[in-house]
Amino acid sequence: MNFSNLQIKGILITASLLTLFAASGAALVGVTFMQTEDDIKYNEKLTLLRKLNNIIPAESYDNDLLLDTITIKPSTLLSTKKESLAYRARKNEQDVAVVFSSIAPSGYNGSIHLLVGVKADGTLSGVRVVKHRETPGLGDVVEISRSNWILGFDDRSLSNPDDKGWKVKRDGGVFDQFTGATITPRAVVKAVHNALLYFEQNQKILFSVSQATDIKTEKLLKKDHDDR
Amino acid sequence: MTTDNTNQALNISKNGLWTNNVALVQLLGLCPLLAVTGTIINGLGLGIATLITLVLSNSIVSLIRPWLKSEIRIPIFVLIIASIVTTIELSMNAWFHELYLVLGIFIPLIVTNCSIIARAEAFASKNNLLDSALDGFMMGFGFTLVLITLGGLREIVGFGTLFANAQLMFGDIGHTMTITLSEDYSGFLLAVLPPGAFIGLGLLIAIKNIIDKRQSAQQAIVIQDAEPAVS
Repeated sequence: MNFSNLQIKGILITASLLTLFAASGAALVGVTFMQTEDDIKYNEKLTLLRKLNNIIPAESYDNDLLLDTITIKPSTLLSTKKESLAYRARKNEQDVAVVFSSIAPSGYNGSIHLLVGVKADGTLSGVRVVKHRETPGLGDVVEISRSNWILGFDDRSLSNPDDKGWKVKRDGGVFDQFTGATITPRAVVKAVHNALLYFEQNQKILFSVSQATDIKTEKLLKKDHDDR
Repeated sequence: MTTDNTNQALNISKNGLWTNNVALVQLLGLCPLLAVTGTIINGLGLGIATLITLVLSNSIVSLIRPWLKSEIRIPIFVLIIASIVTTIELSMNAWFHELYLVLGIFIPLIVTNCSIIARAEAFASKNNLLDSALDGFMMGFGFTLVLITLGGLREIVGFGTLFANAQLMFGDIGHTMTITLSEDYSGFLLAVLPPGAFIGLGLLIAIKNIIDKRQSAQQAIVIQDAEPAVS
C-alpha cells in the first residue's frame, strides 16, 4: 500500500493526539495517586483500628495493635487457606487479647469471614462478621448492623458452654438460630468454636514477640481493611 | 437570545429528567442500577457519584471538541472517563473516607455505566461547555431520582424501613433519619433480591409510560377541540 504525504500526516496527527490523551490521563491519575497515597494509608489504618476496637475496647490495652502483629500460617481449624494476621493487645507488657481472622466454610452461600477476639484467659472478647454472601434478609442477621445475635458470643469460652453446648438450639446447643435460616448461624457457631480451639492450641505462638513490619504484613493489613 | 438560551436549558433539563431519562427510557446503566438499589441510601450514593462523573466527563469532552478526530473519539472518551473515575475514587478515599467506605464499591461500577459514554458521544461532542455540563447534570439527576425511587420502594417493601444506614452518608445525624415503618414487619425477600429490582424497574417504566400516554391523549383532545376554530 502506498500512502500519500497527506495521509501519512493525518495518521501521525491522529496517533500523537491519542498518545497525548493517554499521557495526560495517566499523568492525572499518577499525580492524584501521589497526592492521596499518604492520606489513604492513614485512613485505612484508622478504619482497621476502629474495627478492631469494636472487638477489644481501646481502653483495655496500651500498645499499637497495628504494629504488634504476627503472621499465622494457614490452619484447618480456622479454615484459612492463606496466611493471615493476628493483632495482639497488651497492657503494661501483659497479654490482654488477640484478634485473628477465621472462616466459616459452610455458610448457606459460600464462606463467611469472621474476626475473632480472644482474651488471654480464653474467653471471647467479641466476634464480628466481616465478609459474607448469605441471603439478604435471612442469613445476614449475623451482621452486627442487622441484629445483636453476634454479641451472644461475648464472654463465652470452651467451658462456657461445654462442647455439647457449642451448637444452635435446634441441634441441642445454646445458641439461637433464626426463623428460616439455620445453616448460617450453625456455620458461624462452629467456626467460633474452632477458633477457640485454635487459640487453646496456639496461645503461646499467638502472643509471642512481635515480628518486624514488612511488605507482606502491609499487604495483609490492607486486606483486613478491605474486608468489611 | 436570552429566551433561546433559557429554552435550550429547559429542553436539556426536561430531556434528562423525563423524556430521555437514562434509566427509564434509554435503559442504560442497568447493571449498577439493579445491583445497588437495595436501599434508598445506596441508590443516592451511586446517583451522586454518577452525576459528578457525568458532569466532569461531559465538560471535558466538550472542551476538547476542537481537537477531537472522529476516528479516535471513542478511545479518547474511554480514556477520559476512566481517568476521571479513578481520580474521583482516589480523592474520595483520601478526603472523604467515611463516604468512600459506603460508595467505594459503586465507584468502579460507574465505568460499567454506558450512559456516560453515550452522553459524551451524543451530546457533549457536539455542544458547548455550559450546555454539556447542564446535560451531564440533568442526566445524572434523572438517573439519581430513579435510583432513589427504586431504592426507596425496595427498602419499604423488603425491610419495612426508610433511610437505613443514613449515618454512613450523613454522619451521626443519620442515625435519627432512619424511619421504621412497622416494628414487627418481617420483610419481603423478593424485593431485596435481584428479581425485585427488575420488577420494580418494570413498574416504574410502566408508570412513566401511562403518564406519557395520558398527556399525549389530552394534547390530542386539545388539538381536536381547537381545530374547528382554526379552520
